[in-house]
Amino acid sequence: MRLLFRIQSFLSELVHRPPVSEEVDAELRSHLEHRADDLERSGLSRREAERRARVEFGGYVKFKEQGREAAGWQFLEVLGQDVRFSLRKLRKSPGFTIAAVLTLALAIGANAVVFSVMNSFLLRPLNVPAPESLFELQHGNEASGFVSYPDYLDLRDRNHGFDGLAAFTVSTVGLDTGSNPSRTWALETSGNFFDVLRLQPYLGRFFHAADEHGPNSAPYIVLGYPFWHDHFQEDRTVIGRTVLLNKHPFTILGVAKPGFHGTLVFFNPDYYVPIVNHQLFGTEDMKARGVHWVFEVMGHVKADVSHAQAIADLNSIGADLEKAYPKDDAKMTFSLASPSLYGDYLGRPVKAFLAGLMLLSGLILVAACANLGSLFAARAADGAREVALRLALGASRRRILRQLFTEAILISLAGGALGLAGSVVILRALSAWQPIPRWPLHLSVNPDANVYAVALLLALASGFLFGAVPVRQILRANPYDVVKVGSSGNTGRRATLRDVLLVVQIAICAVLITSSMVGVRGLVRSLHANFGFDVQDTLLVDPNLSLAGYAPDRMLAMQKRMVEALEATPGVTSVAIADSVPFADNSSANAVFSDKITDFRPSNAAFTADYYNVSPEYFRAAGTALLSGRAFTWHDDMDATRVAIVNGEFARRIFGSVAGAVGGYFRVRDGARYQIVGVAEDGKYDSLTEDPKPVIFYSILQSPPVDGSLIVRTVADRDPAQLASSLRNTLHHLDEGLPIYVETRYEELASALFGPRMATISLGVLGGLGAMLAVTGIFGMAAYSVSKRLRELGIRVALGAQRREVLYAALARPLRLLAIGSAAGLALGLLATRVLAFIVYQATPRDPLVLCGVVLAMLLLGLVATWIPAQRALSVDPLILLREE
Amino acid sequence: MEGSIQSQTQLLPGTLDLLILKAVSLGPLHGYAVLLRIGQISGGALLIEQGALYPALFRLVRQGLLSASWGISENNRKAKFYELTALGRKRFSQEAKDWNRLSEVMATVLAARVEEV
Repeated sequence: MRLLFRIQSFLSELVHRPPVSEEVDAELRSHLEHRADDLERSGLSRREAERRARVEFGGYVKFKEQGREAAGWQFLEVLGQDVRFSLRKLRKSPGFTIAAVLTLALAIGANAVVFSVMNSFLLRPLNVPAPESLFELQHGNEASGFVSYPDYLDLRDRNHGFDGLAAFTVSTVGLDTGSNPSRTWALETSGNFFDVLRLQPYLGRFFHAADEHGPNSAPYIVLGYPFWHDHFQEDRTVIGRTVLLNKHPFTILGVAKPGFHGTLVFFNPDYYVPIVNHQLFGTEDMKARGVHWVFEVMGHVKADVSHAQAIADLNSIGADLEKAYPKDDAKMTFSLASPSLYGDYLGRPVKAFLAGLMLLSGLILVAACANLGSLFAARAADGAREVALRLALGASRRRILRQLFTEAILISLAGGALGLAGSVVILRALSAWQPIPRWPLHLSVNPDANVYAVALLLALASGFLFGAVPVRQILRANPYDVVKVGSSGNTGRRATLRDVLLVVQIAICAVLITSSMVGVRGLVRSLHANFGFDVQDTLLVDPNLSLAGYAPDRMLAMQKRMVEALEATPGVTSVAIADSVPFADNSSANAVFSDKITDFRPSNAAFTADYYNVSPEYFRAAGTALLSGRAFTWHDDMDATRVAIVNGEFARRIFGSVAGAVGGYFRVRDGARYQIVGVAEDGKYDSLTEDPKPVIFYSILQSPPVDGSLIVRTVADRDPAQLASSLRNTLHHLDEGLPIYVETRYEELASALFGPRMATISLGVLGGLGAMLAVTGIFGMAAYSVSKRLRELGIRVALGAQRREVLYAALARPLRLLAIGSAAGLALGLLATRVLAFIVYQATPRDPLVLCGVVLAMLLLGLVATWIPAQRALSVDPLILLREE
Repeated sequence: MEGSIQSQTQLLPGTLDLLILKAVSLGPLHGYAVLLRIGQISGGALLIEQGALYPALFRLVRQGLLSASWGISENNRKAKFYELTALGRKRFSQEAKDWNRLSEVMATVLAARVEEV
């Protein structure tokens, strides 16, 4: 009831704004006039009546002041007073203020950066109309959405749950606008793409479903706004112009709106072309039901259809397809997922990673608050005399607390503003960053209103949090005791709140340091892992023959000429051709059947294996060792028996051993029979954390000619940039118009290493922040404890205490707290790194080096943090100290 | 009317609020009129220093028991009128009850004689 009344009166205080000075004046004057009116009516002159009225009223100024006080101080007035007072106090101890603001700035900045990344990847909806009902189709049994084109058509035409289903896939295309062809990224989309997404063009028009009339029937292109801006200088007359895509004429129809870049948040295609033209851009057969190459199918679920209904409808179509095409479509079940991170494929790891980061940076903020809380408590203890004096002079405890919180909030707001400013700089840099140069990836993580609001909220919350630490101290303070005894402070053995805070803080920091060390160790190891090929001294050259208009029948001859030319280049030791290489993004897979099987339906397959079509020199050029058998020769061509080289895992799975595999046979889905002539070492093919998987190498002479990469092995320690330009020159001698792309094998790995690298960098930064907080925390505690006990230490020295004893007396407590906190943090950190192992390859907490590293780091931090206080304790001069009192 | 406010009995601490609430409960009043009303209903028996009324009024407004608004008085002057809020009405009836009980008890106590003890 009482509480209710309090709330009510607080609210009415807000509603009835208390009178300001002039208003009180007006009211009191009105009173005097009314009284004078009465007196005048009883026969006095007006003048005399007014005089009498004033006399009767009593002390005008006194009542006016009392009145204003009773009406309540104006909120802003008190705030202004508190702010001025707090600023004065903070200015008097600049060291404390700067340390506190910086600590908070780091913590809030870290949180703002992490939150902003999370905001742009997970929270911000896609920039399309009604993003909440837009879903992509994901296979029920795996986090992937690939389907074949005929499957897409069936799903599109037979479903009842969606307002249309659109599909797209990603391709690299040679674009020729009259000058040299350049390599560009196209989104091949179904004709209904823009209509399903409910988009309007920025300029010109979009293509529609009605423009599609079978293969290669819609030579239209819609430009993305950034591409139009960069390559056509926003020229409005491009509409209707013809450009060459892979040497075929396409007409520019329109330009998409500025904010739209497809439905993947991180991917920025240059332009959009109808998928019916796929034969000009890729080798996949559009009519083949078994070739699952369409990247993603998506649409808006109808308003009156539930998720479950939409999924059930898709699954019934899937079941029909499975029955009708048992050879091609296995397990056609579906689930719905958000299209922005390609469903769960990226969505799940990104969510896990960001949640982990958010948690860690939250811990940083908590540690910073604990740090500031103990600093504040120490300050409050020092200021106990002043508080006691103010209490004795009649200040209310409420007012004193209010002033204390004002101080805390001022610090937190300053820290928040500084941290946010820093995070904006970092986020700008992140947004401009191209993490994987080959891909048009773009992480737009610029902060928006959400981020600012969260930063403000965090700043205020942490201000209240660390401001609240000394509250109990002040509420308990008895002015008489403090003034009588003086503030010698209790140096008792009892654990205080401050001790607990310090232990918590150190534990958190130790967790951060442990996890960052585990991450770094994991990354270092993964870089030295056996990839199954040599990362050093290897260049990958993409001549992009198909972008330059080479028809398949001319490719192999051209590739042979290029190999010869490159082999003659100084610095090159061997050159090979491959349609794709491990860790590139375009590997293909075959279902593998044992030799005895005659029914090639998917469920009879032994397993699925990635395959690479390679030239005879491949194993030497790539640095992949052959464990057994022979490499391909130039005689393994169409006229010879079909041959294959498999890796160790493949050999063990089908033949039980490496030795037993050579000379053995296997079959693939079309029934073709391959003889195994060699076994290559195992390696990594898609990701660093993958389990060993079976892989096949085919002779490139026995497979349909494709546009592939050239693998160039160079002599050791050549400058790759210089070599790349001489390789480019060599190839341009053969054909001027080749859009050549050269990168080192290491750069090619960038996409595979991106995740672990990001994890390690973020953990490293957070670990560094944690270490800094640990240092300031221990330093604050040690410095405070030394300064509190300076007199006691002086007496000890005067009585003949040794340096060791003085140090022990001064620093034993902070160091003991450090030890307890570190031990707790280490234990927690080791538990936490189990989670890390999912992201960082070979991140194992049971690593003696990590354990030693953490212990050493904490020791070092303790040493650094207690150095200055220790010096101060040792330099105590008893004479000076005793004279001071 | 003149002189009637200068009379006689000192107020017990805390009773001014109750008097104001009572005065205003009979209808909206401006400050001076509150004094007149108290003088009138008490038969001029209570002494209230005129200026002391205002801190009490402001406190009651702050507590949400009264609401205030500017208006024109019967003298055709600007004046601030006070009115009971719903909360004020509740509080007034509660405090009036308390006061009545207390005064009854006090009367009984003070009337006690030796033979009754």
